[in-house]
Amino acid sequence: MDGLDLTVARGTVTAFLGPNGAGKTTTIETCEGYRRADAGTVRVLGLDPVAQSAELRPRIGVMLQSGGIYPTARVGETLRHMATLHAHPLDVPALIERLGLGGCGRTPYRRLSGGQQQRLALALALVGRPELVFLDEPTAGLDPQARHATWDLVRDLRADGVTVLLTTHHMDEAEELSDDVAIVDGGKVIAQGAPEVLCKGGAENTLRFGGRPGLDLKSLLKALPSDTLAVELSPGSYRLTGTVNPQLLATVTSWCAQNGVMPDRISVERRTLEDVFLELTGKELRS
Amino acid sequence: MSATGTYAPAPGGAPLSRMVRAQAALETRTQLRNGEQLLLTVVIPTLLLVLFSAVDIVDTGAGSRVDFLAPGILALAVLSTAFTGQAISTGFERRYGVLKRLGSSPLPRWGLMTAKTCSVLVIEVLQVALLTVVALALGWSPHGNPATVALLLLLGTATFSGLGLLMAGTLKAEATLAAANLVFILLLVGGGVIVPLDKFPGAAQSVLHLLPISALSDGLRDVLQHGAGFPWGDLGILAVWSVLGLTAAARFFKWE
Repeated sequence: MDGLDLTVARGTVTAFLGPNGAGKTTTIETCEGYRRADAGTVRVLGLDPVAQSAELRPRIGVMLQSGGIYPTARVGETLRHMATLHAHPLDVPALIERLGLGGCGRTPYRRLSGGQQQRLALALALVGRPELVFLDEPTAGLDPQARHATWDLVRDLRADGVTVLLTTHHMDEAEELSDDVAIVDGGKVIAQGAPEVLCKGGAENTLRFGGRPGLDLKSLLKALPSDTLAVELSPGSYRLTGTVNPQLLATVTSWCAQNGVMPDRISVERRTLEDVFLELTGKELRS
Repeated sequence: MSATGTYAPAPGGAPLSRMVRAQAALETRTQLRNGEQLLLTVVIPTLLLVLFSAVDIVDTGAGSRVDFLAPGILALAVLSTAFTGQAISTGFERRYGVLKRLGSSPLPRWGLMTAKTCSVLVIEVLQVALLTVVALALGWSPHGNPATVALLLLLGTATFSGLGLLMAGTLKAEATLAAANLVFILLLVGGGVIVPLDKFPGAAQSVLHLLPISALSDGLRDVLQHGAGFPWGDLGILAVWSVLGLTAAARFFKWE
């Protein structure tokens, strides 16, 4: 990591995005107390994760990328044991039901499907009723149903006041779930903010429309805010980029009315988090 | 999405004694459920005891064969559980990230190690009980002070736990599996367990006598077969090995 600077507010969901090898897991594991920061300061719930590990550990829930469960350990037994290590654990049978693992109580870990293994690892992170939960790729390899079930659970955690820090490769997941997104690359936070703000921030949105070829775009631009750009991509096909809002749309359509142009195929495109992510981290494949 | 209060934070670790007890119980159950481990810790020692007592394969010197073999087999039981069994299970726990996962739970690392030791001791008590019954049925007549026997077994356990954890915490799980079994067989043959050390050439004997398994089986035999008071030499060798093993394990053990 290289000067990673990040603060996570209590009671929020923060998503850590980044290409493979960007330092997501390293960062999370430093917060969990598995790694010692070579330099700089890490405080989790106000505690030093290494020096005050004994105080911190009972207050956090950890879901590792690699389950950390013995292949022959059974679902119920594993969860009950983790519950026993805590003072006020969740009701284990109810948690098993909630995660759709009912009926697997006596199944050994190695005989669970990949999705079930993920959900057991998630349950292990929650059973101790932590105030802060670290989820390292909680939905990797899940089918859409299980993914949505996990999302619902994360929303419930947030509603109940649990702070969640998760890593993911799914942009829709980050957009859907998080109050705050941090994009990490090369050991640094290269962008941070609410997903809506990140999508808006810096760059503009796009308005496309079709009309008769050769419209006088200079005259159109005079009616629009100065940061707006307009091009005729191909004859009769136009693209405006800028702050696309209802005013801009109204201005464009009234300009068309004045000029006797019938605009067709009007479309407004918002930047997705994926666009932002690719813009910031580039498109080359990472190892 | 609405606040149900189900997940409202209520963090906190359980009392230490409860955590250690729960961990020890889980480890013991896991061991007792594992067929390969039972083969090593129960079936092999029992079979060797019965076979070599019943059939005159090895010349065990004066006295009844079971009186010579029972102490050696008790030493083997300690070796199988504290060393081989513990090394293999801990090695795979490390490989599967179980140790890492527990590392962020409220259970402290020393609590985990205490639980492992308790689990080893519980299994050893079961082994000793079973082997004692079998040996008595074969006509064993033990002598000596049970407290001295317990001390030897405990020092042996400390020694083999240290060496087993050193192996599990430094080698890959597959390497630990192979090496722990190899060491088990070598010590079984060359550690005075069923073959008296005086069958080996003189030069080899003096080295073999310094092995922890030889010290344990020889010390147990001194007390249980010959009624000796306090086998100082063997206890001393075991004490040195236990300090070396545990120190090295504490120093070099890697949790991931």
